[in-house]
Amino acid sequence: MERHEYDVIVIGAGGAGLRAAIEARQQGKRTAIICKSLFGKAHTVMAEGGAAAAMGNVNSDDNWMVHFRDTMRGGKFLNNWRMAELHAKEAPDRVWELEAWGALFDRTKDGKISQRNFGGHEYPRLAHVGDRTGLEMIRTLQQRVVALQQEDFEVHGDYEAYIKVFAECTVTRLLKDGDAISGAFAYWRETGKFMVFDAPAVVLATGGIGKSFVVTSNSWEYTGDGHALALLAGAKLINMEFIQFHPTGMVWPPSVRGILVTESVRGDGGVLTNSEGRRFMFDYIPDVFKDKYATTEEEGDRWYTDQANNRRPPELLPRDEVARAINSEVKAGRGSPQGGVFLDVSSRLPAAEIIKRLPSMHHQFKELADVDITAEPMQVGPTCHYVMGGVEVDADTGAASIPGLFAAGEVSGGMHGSNRLGGNSLSDLLVFGRRAGAGAAAYVDSLGARRPQVTGVEEAQAEALAPLERKGGENPYEVHHELQRTMNDLVGIIRKENEVAEALGVVEKLKERATNTTAPGGKIYNPGWHLAIDLRNMLLVSECVAKAALLRQESRGGHTRDDYPTMEPDWRRKLLVCSAEPDGSGVEVVEKTQISMRGDLITLFDRAELSKYLTEEELAEYDAAAKELS
Amino acid sequence: MSYKGKFRVWRGEGGEGRLEDFTVEVNEGEVVLDVIHRMQATQAPDLAVRWNCKAGKCGSCSMEINGKPRLGCMTRMSTFEESETITITPMRTFPVIKDLVCDVSFNYQKAREIPSFTPPSDVKPGEYRMQQIDVERSQEFRKCIECFMCNNVCHVIRDHEENKTHFAGPRFLMRIAELDMHPYDVEDRKDSAQEEHGLGYCNITKCCTEVCPEHIKITDNALIPMKERVVDRKYDPLVWLGNKIFRR
Repeated sequence: MERHEYDVIVIGAGGAGLRAAIEARQQGKRTAIICKSLFGKAHTVMAEGGAAAAMGNVNSDDNWMVHFRDTMRGGKFLNNWRMAELHAKEAPDRVWELEAWGALFDRTKDGKISQRNFGGHEYPRLAHVGDRTGLEMIRTLQQRVVALQQEDFEVHGDYEAYIKVFAECTVTRLLKDGDAISGAFAYWRETGKFMVFDAPAVVLATGGIGKSFVVTSNSWEYTGDGHALALLAGAKLINMEFIQFHPTGMVWPPSVRGILVTESVRGDGGVLTNSEGRRFMFDYIPDVFKDKYATTEEEGDRWYTDQANNRRPPELLPRDEVARAINSEVKAGRGSPQGGVFLDVSSRLPAAEIIKRLPSMHHQFKELADVDITAEPMQVGPTCHYVMGGVEVDADTGAASIPGLFAAGEVSGGMHGSNRLGGNSLSDLLVFGRRAGAGAAAYVDSLGARRPQVTGVEEAQAEALAPLERKGGENPYEVHHELQRTMNDLVGIIRKENEVAEALGVVEKLKERATNTTAPGGKIYNPGWHLAIDLRNMLLVSECVAKAALLRQESRGGHTRDDYPTMEPDWRRKLLVCSAEPDGSGVEVVEKTQISMRGDLITLFDRAELSKYLTEEELAEYDAAAKELS
Repeated sequence: MSYKGKFRVWRGEGGEGRLEDFTVEVNEGEVVLDVIHRMQATQAPDLAVRWNCKAGKCGSCSMEINGKPRLGCMTRMSTFEESETITITPMRTFPVIKDLVCDVSFNYQKAREIPSFTPPSDVKPGEYRMQQIDVERSQEFRKCIECFMCNNVCHVIRDHEENKTHFAGPRFLMRIAELDMHPYDVEDRKDSAQEEHGLGYCNITKCCTEVCPEHIKITDNALIPMKERVVDRKYDPLVWLGNKIFRR
């Protein structure tokens, strides 16, 4: 069997994975990047709006503290506050660094990086390139990897001496030595051949879990691989009940249902209307945001040109609020003909300006739906977009609870609390990708010459081969389809106790059926086989989502319970932590108390605002901290 | 609304293969990639196709549809007659791994041969100042989603395997132009564009521009200007001729 030895392996080659790999290599570690697709195709390319970083280029009042506050509010104060702090402080440096690696962001008049408005951000904050910011970011990081390879070629005569990309290669198991990580087991998509990586440190950067849902903006790769690998290796997941349904996905034609329509449409002036032509978002401003959003269309419209004297239009509320509002309008029979609501930018900006600011949206609607967004409204509805939950990590190093295991980006949990703000994902990838890469490098240093040995290779191979060797079993596509329907219908945007319980029953049966799937054909580039393997991950993650959703008896961010419609301060301090047995059985979810915010951070907020979120006991802590600082 | 569509799809691996007939349900609003997915789910679970975003943003599902290089996810079924048999084959310029999936490693090798962005050593991150108008030229080229269809269609390598060693293809000649036009790049790229990466082989037939799903004007905005930059130092008969004809 093919074998490779590295200091650090990074699983996933999106923004977080590439940034982690760059950091590990820059710290002198021999680094492998393992990615399911070709190099440069990861899901990050789909990100449109931009990377949030308080550079203050457009509004000089912006700074890390404002960004920190916005992030905590967006996450309904459930965020790991240390992560939110590091993120707000370090995002500007990470964006500027990209520029030094060749990224070309859109510019302000004085030649700095331009920044755009986005939901939940108080000031224009998103560094962007039209509406293709993710592509710019992934290409820049990809080209940085190549630049490092060229440096290594100069010195060692080998491009791959210190950093190598294993493209179209999928990891199916993390390997351990006792408690610690010792490597990974993988197969090549192209040949179906297996390989073993010997490495003391693994950085998970595998992204999200959207492929467990029918209507999703996520690609086929988003099967929760990292979430499942971590669980199976004994690490823990947190916040799995929180799933972001992006308010604006395409609804027609059916084959593109779920594909993302960027929030920039609203950031740049687009409005949401129902079948009666009403800008319905004015009816959905929740109490906690009452002071921050315009109550009339006139004020909302003035805000685009005068932010000092007006409040934001409610179309720019955090995503969870907008998604729920759209869902309610459609349910109340005020939806658009194709089952969404209208999103109109054509009446708000000149055609040339729309094409300049939103070129991919213009292209996407023209090519896929025959709709000219400069002349008519789009029809949009919620789509499964992002999982806030993920591997429980140490904020500063990205370290999971298993020695040698690290995670960054969407696969890690905590940073975004119960709901992520748009634009905070791209900056999250950069800030915590770098930190996880550095964390892994430091861990390798701490080991010295002691390297863990891999075990469990034979078991991993048997598990991967099973769907190919089994005869007469079920078609994996059928099992996948049923899982997607179940999660979409029963654990979707609005949840009820009996429905989530029903979903758990279905998932249990599907787990059985998944162990009896057959993939016809050989080992070479066989998508049926790959899906049969991925099913294990999707089912395990879905079970975590459903179990956590059943336990959390409140509504907060990306978790809305029809039977518990309000947000409860008591629940704010509780994190739900998932664990499982090494064979994927015995998924358990337990409560854990979130530690209190540091005094200098909590006092960045007004007491009046915090009183909407915190318990009396926590408010007493606030008062004590305020007293100490005064 | 839905009908049974007829398809001929290339199946095979290791240099062997044949066109296989499929009759598949086609529904309103679908694209070719949807139909391929239905083939996988109902008739041929091991049919190999590369894809990711299904929204024209990642450039993975490049294929040849009725002989034309296209993204499967951006080719709507409504552009064909219902009675038409649609032929789907892998990109021709790159070796086939299996079915519709090619070995595109040629492109990654070429990417590595082009010297990276080289800023002046005294500008620190955060200090870059550029005007929008000065970044727009390179920004157009950075829209590239690396579907590699321009390199697939370029006859310099499509019909001449032997040119692959000394010709980077439109994608990477455009990358050189992108860097050369970057306001902060200090590397001299003109000689190497001509001598190492084969810019002179391009005879501006614009096939690359025609197939670009991002509508980047590869020939007009990248390759010809790059040729002009080179010709300041080197003689290129095409640019010389162009100047004679168009600039009198």
